[in-house]
Order: sequence, then structure tokens, then C-alpha cells
Amino acid sequence: MNTPENLQYAKSHEWLKMTGEGTAEIGLTDFAQDALGNLVFVNLPEVGDSIVCGESFADVESVKAVSDVFSPVTATVAEINEELLDQPEKINEAPYDAWLIRVEGITETEELLDAKGYEAVCAEEG
Amino acid sequence: MELIFERSHVGRGCSVLPACDVPAYDVPESLCRKSAPMLPEIAEVDLGRHYTQLAKQTHGVNDGFYPLGSCTMKYNPRVNEEMAALPGFTKIHPLQPVETAQGCLEVLARAESTLSEITGMDRVTLQPAAGAHGEYTGLLLIRAYHLSRGDTARTKIIVPDSAHGTNPASATMCGYTVVSVPSDADGCVDLDGLRAAVGPDTAGLMLTNPNTVGLFDKNILEITQIVHDAGGLCYYDGANLNAVMGVVRPGDMGFDCVHLNLHKTFSTPHGGGGPGSGPVGCKAFLAPFLPGPVVVKKDGQYDLQMPEQTVGRVRTFYGNFLVVVKALTYILTLGKEGIPEASTGAVLNANYLMHQLEGHYDMAYHGPCMHEFVMTLETLKKETGVSAMDVAKRLIDFGIHPPTMYFPLIVHEALMVEPTETESRETLDHAAQVFLEILQEARKDPESLHEAPHNAPIGRPDEVGAARHPVLRYTPVEA
Amino acid sequence: MGRYIPASDQERQEMLKSMGLSSIDQLYAAVPAQMRVKELNLPAGLSELEVRQVMEEMAQKNTQFSSIFRGAGAYNHYIPSIVKTVTSKEEFVTAYTPYQAELSQGILQSIFEYQTMICELTGMEVSNASVYDGGSAAAEAVMMCQERKRSKAVVSGAVNPQVLTTIETYCSSRSVPVQVIPAKDGKTDLEAMAAAIDDTTACIYFQQPNFYGQIEDGQGLCQMAHEKGCKAIMGVNPIAMGMLQTPGECGADIAVGEGQPLGMSLAFGGPYLGFMASTQAMMRKLPGRIVGQTTDAKGNRAFVLTLQAREQHIRREKASSNICSNQALCAMTAAVYLAAMGPKGLAECAHQCYNKAHYAQEKLCQIPGVSLVYTGPYFHEFVTTTPVCSQTVTQKLAEKGILGGLPVEEGILWCVTEQNSKAQIDALVEAMKEVCA
Repeated sequence: MNTPENLQYAKSHEWLKMTGEGTAEIGLTDFAQDALGNLVFVNLPEVGDSIVCGESFADVESVKAVSDVFSPVTATVAEINEELLDQPEKINEAPYDAWLIRVEGITETEELLDAKGYEAVCAEEG
Repeated sequence: MELIFERSHVGRGCSVLPACDVPAYDVPESLCRKSAPMLPEIAEVDLGRHYTQLAKQTHGVNDGFYPLGSCTMKYNPRVNEEMAALPGFTKIHPLQPVETAQGCLEVLARAESTLSEITGMDRVTLQPAAGAHGEYTGLLLIRAYHLSRGDTARTKIIVPDSAHGTNPASATMCGYTVVSVPSDADGCVDLDGLRAAVGPDTAGLMLTNPNTVGLFDKNILEITQIVHDAGGLCYYDGANLNAVMGVVRPGDMGFDCVHLNLHKTFSTPHGGGGPGSGPVGCKAFLAPFLPGPVVVKKDGQYDLQMPEQTVGRVRTFYGNFLVVVKALTYILTLGKEGIPEASTGAVLNANYLMHQLEGHYDMAYHGPCMHEFVMTLETLKKETGVSAMDVAKRLIDFGIHPPTMYFPLIVHEALMVEPTETESRETLDHAAQVFLEILQEARKDPESLHEAPHNAPIGRPDEVGAARHPVLRYTPVEA
Repeated sequence: MGRYIPASDQERQEMLKSMGLSSIDQLYAAVPAQMRVKELNLPAGLSELEVRQVMEEMAQKNTQFSSIFRGAGAYNHYIPSIVKTVTSKEEFVTAYTPYQAELSQGILQSIFEYQTMICELTGMEVSNASVYDGGSAAAEAVMMCQERKRSKAVVSGAVNPQVLTTIETYCSSRSVPVQVIPAKDGKTDLEAMAAAIDDTTACIYFQQPNFYGQIEDGQGLCQMAHEKGCKAIMGVNPIAMGMLQTPGECGADIAVGEGQPLGMSLAFGGPYLGFMASTQAMMRKLPGRIVGQTTDAKGNRAFVLTLQAREQHIRREKASSNICSNQALCAMTAAVYLAAMGPKGLAECAHQCYNKAHYAQEKLCQIPGVSLVYTGPYFHEFVTTTPVCSQTVTQKLAEKGILGGLPVEEGILWCVTEQNSKAQIDALVEAMKEVCA
């Protein structure tokens, strides 16, 4: 399992990459993509939507399951990764390049884990 | 196999209509479509052969054992089909004056009264076209009842975690929030969990009994009481009625409304996915809310009438009428003794097959089952890598339709087997033998099972590819 | 034992004994004794011979009209013999929903072909595998259009009233507002509809041809919807699609309709077929089953149920529809019908309906007191006045073996199809002369 050191992680298996003052990228972790299996579709919010810490802002579909993606921050959606709409497999191939959304105006961030802490969580879930 | 469009040749066709015997009238050009639809141009002989080939790639109940759990794939009696094909039924316009459709209305009335008796309900609507449609209709009744009392606080529907996905989806369609209650170790409703879940916001509970793991919930009276005490109503999902017809009635278990699947319990065929029929029965206090019209009898004549506080309609006309004809034929054939015999036969067959597999396959729950049982292949998967899916797919090579897989969700690597009463002992013995043979294969050569089936018209299809790049229609290759 | 149970009494005993049991009751130990049914209050079972007599007797109590001039949602069309032959094949009749693709290629391919034909018929890009009937298709289409800020459905008052009630029922349970725009001159009131669309409106719904048979300005209505930022749903008669502008050409977002005219019997209202097709953009909002093409492990073409993550068994309470079946055999009926008719046959059928309806209307309106109520272009239904009460008219026609048009507020709603020969139409006109005299 791949867990880059430069990212922060939520227990619900999202990663957060701070990119500037109040801005960040959010994506799904390697552990998450592996557990979900081959993704076939991603349902993303719209630019301008407000997203709330701990609430679902997107969902991802495999053939047999659909899973919510939870936001680790309260913020506004600045950009969505439209490429994923046509090629959701990019999340399987390179989960840390395949950001789902870029956000701005972060007002709240949940308590996040570092790479080591997150790996421990994953180890527990097995 | 070729698509029908690939068999098409310009200029071919079937001869169906005579020449028009009235003058032609002008059609304003602006109203017309610009190009003709690309429909097949095909001679009748090729059309017939095309579908005969498709039939050969379709496995129906008449092709072999079909132990698909939760689906009650029993034999579909031929006389039912003939009765539903009588021109006295097929050629009747749904808006004919009622005095010219008394026979159709009698069919509906008799179906209603027999189904009421079997379920212990007071009224039945035959309008819903399928089980899910019935669930929706039943919940509409519950909703209308609470609203009629000015009780707007009841916004939640309780559903056990073992329930089929349709239950929560139906509740959402009615604007309800779904509360999931846990099952206890024996697969039944956890009473404490239920007590904690009910309250002044409870609109109702949706339950199957026997439940989705094939067990009769012995606490059923207590369950319905808990919900009633909280002011909620109890909805019976009739998916598993085939275990208890004529043995015990939802109405006597404390349920207020119920849906049935005529295409499961009452022997009407599934038609590859429909048409089915999902009548909804209810106690008298819910009858004023039924969708309409309903059949009433006045001065010896049948008539149609909208119930007083009707929720409206869930579809046009009166339901899948011809399916009701088939079910009524079946009910009249079985009669008061035959109906419980069908259920006891189904339960006997399920237990007989389970008994033969026990000790070889792990059962998810112990003790006698009702009309179906659930196996868990978790250990087998750990030991051999062979999954429930692999075993199910291998059955195809032996001419047996796979059981329901990976349902209910609370059982890992689940295979749910429902033999039904219409299978003979030899069929069950043979199926047991095949199951055991596959188990041996799993231990000897697990690899080959991952690629099963080996003798079907196709190998395992690429479902991921289908969903990632949907091709949902034929498009001709440009010349 | 009989009654479709193979096991004899003795065999049942042997089976019980093999499990160490003596009575079936032991298997029902979990059922509280006080709840057990002693005996159902139903008649004793019947032999096949007897049950046939009972059912035939009921069928005989119905009047089978050989001359039918009534439509209003259920249409009397000719059904080619091949249709019943194909759809009575026991493999198709007795199969379950095609979850197991390896055993269900026949059903799956037939649905794929059906989806293609519905796309062609409607001019839309994507079709589902069908839903219960035209009414529920319209209601499901309204649900497809729900957005966070746009919920209201604006519905033309010129649609089939039963379809309207179905839409209202579905909407009311989800607290979706429905605004009905009363018809004007038998058609959708464009101005009133435009005024009703606001920024909370999710969609408009109208019917082509409408309940009165009138041909709507489909293109104009779709354009109006889009200008105001909402979706346009068009309910269409599939036979009329052999001739009229398609929803695709009009710019509709969703096309739905009652598929019964495509080879299904009148059958007192069902089983029928709800067809649904949409633009590519709305594909993932389509409810119900959808079949897709793929390949198997060896690279052969194969068909599967696809896009299943839209559906209730996966999405559970987040699903936008609970439908988990389609009317597969009815969809196959429609496909065989369309294949038997072919593009020319379907067009011929549509034109015969059109011509015969216009011929009948011309002749009927020569009778004093009978005149056309709505004068716009129409397809195969039209409304006339009657000099005597419309109920009396249809009753008297029934006595002459004719199922006349449907009495409606404005008079009588007539329907004429290719099944009505010139001789039948002339006989209707003669009968009407007598009745109206």
C-alpha cells in the first residue's frame, strides 16, 4: 500500500493535500481504491457547491457497490476533476494524482492523520 | 450471435397490413419525422429463427432446476397461460362500459377476495405491477393514514439490516427516512434494537417473515406489538409468503398491510423480468386510502369506484390483468387444501436439500429453515480461494441455475437456495450431488472454478468494461 | 399428490424420515400455535378441466366488440401472428430477470435490441429496458428531473388523465409540487405554461399526440422549457412515431410512452409496457434495468445488465427509484412487433390510422349535431359533439356491437386505427345516424 508522507488522511479514507492559503485537493486513498475494486463511475459535486466537514460530497461506483466520499473540510468547490468522469479508472491507477475536487475558502478541517497514523488505521481494518 | 439488425436487408419484410381502403389525407410536412427509424427489414422466417436461437440461450424454469433464493421459481402451470390467452379476456378494452366487462371485474373481485383470505387482510388492490410497486403502494397507504390523522411527525420507516434494497428505496420514494435495525445472532429482529428505534417519529416497519435468511421470526407478535405501541404501522413484504401460505397469515401476525408477488408465490411466470404483479392487501382502516379504482358490487353487478380518500393511482387502469387471471386460475386449482400443501411442500424440499448439504457446506444459521436456506462460503473461500460466485457459476455447467448470491448482505459469501415445492426428490438429490462434486473440485482444482462456467453460451462477461464504457444500443458500422 | 407437487404422500414421509422427522409440523415449530390457520375459507381445489370451465365462464361474461372506436390510452391494433409465437416460447416466459448473464444471453440480447428500437422510434440516445406502463414511465421521468433547486413539475392539462393522476401520486409522496396547466382549444396552453415555469421548475410534461388526439407543437414546447432552464419530457404514442416528428427532433430530454400499441392485447388494461428513453446526458438518471454490450473472457460479444449502481439493490435508500424489474416479455413483444412491421410497415400503420381517423371524422361530422370540437391537426383520435347525451350514444352503439368513442366532457373521444375497415367506419356512421336521429 502506498501512503505518501506529504498528505493528510481521514479515517474514512480520503486524502487532503493543502495547496495554498485555504485551498486544497481531495482524493481517495490507495487503500480505498483497492477495497472498492474497479471503479466505473464518479459522481462529483458542482463548482461553487459548499461542502461540509464530515459530510458526503461525492460518490464512487464499482460494478457491485456505491460508496460515499466524505469531506475532511468545510469549504467551497473550486474545481472538479472532469477527466475522472470519463476515466474513473485513473483513481485505481494513480489514486494520489487523481484528485476529485479542488476546494477553496476552507473554514474548518477535521482532525486528520499523518501517513503513519493512517497506515495504522488501515492495518486495523485489514 | 448476430443481432436482428445484422440480419436486416433493405427491401425485405413481413406482409402484415392490407392496402389502405380509405382516401389518403394530407399530413403537413412540418409535423413529420425527417427520417424513418432504423428498424429491421427481415422476412418472417428469419425473424422466427432469430428468436428461436435467442430462446436456446435462455434458461427458464422449464429448462431445469432454478433454486434462486428469494425468487420462488416454481413451475408455471400451462393452463394458467391458456386461460390468460382467452379472447374473452385479451380483447377487452379497459374503458369498456362496466356492464360489458363483468367477467373481467369478476376476475378482479375473486382474486381480491381469495388473496384477502390468504393474507388475513380486508381489501386488496391489484393495481401494482410488481413487488417493488406494491411496496411503494403499501407505504403510500401508511403515509396517507398518518397524514389523515394530522400526524405529520412520523417520518421514519424501520427496516431490518437484512432487508432487500427495495425496502429502503421504496421508503425513500415515499419521502421517508430509513432507520436500519440490527438482526440478532439467529438472523431475526433484535428486539432491544427495535425498541430503541421506535418512537413518535415511527411511521412504520417493513418486514418479511420468514425473513431474508429463511427463518420464521418467532417473536413476530412482539415485534408488531412494539411498533403498534409506538403508533407505527406494520408492513409485510410478501417476498417469502411461499413458506407460509395457508399455514399462518400476515394479518394474524399483526401486520396492517402486505404486498404479494403473484409471479413468485402464485405461479405466474417471470417472463425474463416481467410482467409480474404485486397486489397490496390492507386492513379495513387503510382501505379508504387504496389507489383506485377498486371493484365494488352493487345490486349483483360489479362496478369500479375510487375509494373515498384514495392516494390516487400508481399506474394506468387496474393492474396487470392477465397476470391476475393466471394467479386466480392457480388459486382455484389449488383450493383450500392445495394452498397450504404448496407451502409445506416448499418447506419440506428446502429442508431436505439443506439436510443433504449440511456438514459439507456451512449453513449461515442452524436449525430447520423455511422455504429457503442460506449457506456461507466464507471458510471455503479462505481455504481454497473459491468464492460463492465460483460455485454458483460452476452449477451452470450442470444445467442448474445459480442460487441467489451475496444476499442477504449480513451473510458473507452467501448462497441462498430456494428449491420450491414443484421439484421432485430426484431433482433435489441430483442438485445435492452436484453441490458436493463442486466442493471436491474446489479442493482439488480451485483454479478451474474461477473460470466457470465452461459450457455456457458465453464465459464470464466483462462487467467493468460494460459499465465504464456503456454501449446500450446497436449502431451500424459506417460503410 | 397432484397440483404441481411431484412428491407423493409416501415420498414426503420418506423425505421427512431421512431427516429424522415424523411430521411437517416439526418444521414449523417457530410459528406460534395460536397463530396457525386451521382452514382457509376458500373453495376446495379444482381439476384442470373444472378450472377451465370456471375461467371460460367468466371470460364469456365479457362483451368482445369486433368494431372498436375507443382508445384513450389503450389501442386496438393488429398483432402479427409471429409476435405471440415468439413471446410464448417457454424459455422466455419462464426465465427470471437476467442476472446470470451466462444463462440469459437470449433475454439480454432481446432487451438490447429493444433498447435500440426504442431509441430509433423516439430519436433519443439511450433507452432503458422498460418499466411497468406508460403512466409509471411518465411519473419516473418526472422523478429523473429532480434537482436540488428545481423540483416542480409543470404538466399540460391535455395529457391522459390517468397518466396525470399517476404523476400526481408519485410527486405527492415525495413532496414534489405539480402544477397543471388547463388545456386551451384541446391543446397545451403555451402561454400559460411559459408563465408557470419558474426557477424552481424541474420539468414540463406534455403528450404527443395529446389526450384529445391533437398534435402539439413539440419543438416549441421543448424550446420553451430549455429557454427557462428546465427539462422537457414528452409522452408519445409509439405508432404515431412511424409518422410524426420524434422527441429527439423536438429536442426533448426524456421520451416516455405506453408501449401497448406495439403488439400487446387490450387485455383489460395490462400487462402493458412503459418505455423510457433519454439524452446521453441523463443516462445515469434513468431508472430500472439497462442492458449493455461487452465481451466475455474469450473476447466474444456478450450482453449484461449494466450501470447497476443506479439501482435500489446497491444504492438502497439513496436510489431515486425502487423499480427492480422490467416488463421484459412485453419489451420483447414490442421488439418482435417492430421487427415484423419494419420501417415501412410501421409508417404504413401510422398513415392508415391517420387516414382512417380523418375519413371517419369527415363522415361523422356530416351528421347533424356532430361536429369537431378541436380543430387543430390530429393523429388518430378526435373529439366530436353529439346531438344526444354521449352516454346514450355509446350505449346504443354497444347494442349494435360497436364500442363507440369514450364519453368525455366535451362530447365523444373517438379513435380509429388500421383495424377499422372502411366498411366498419361506414357502418359506424350509419349507426350514428340512427342513434342521433
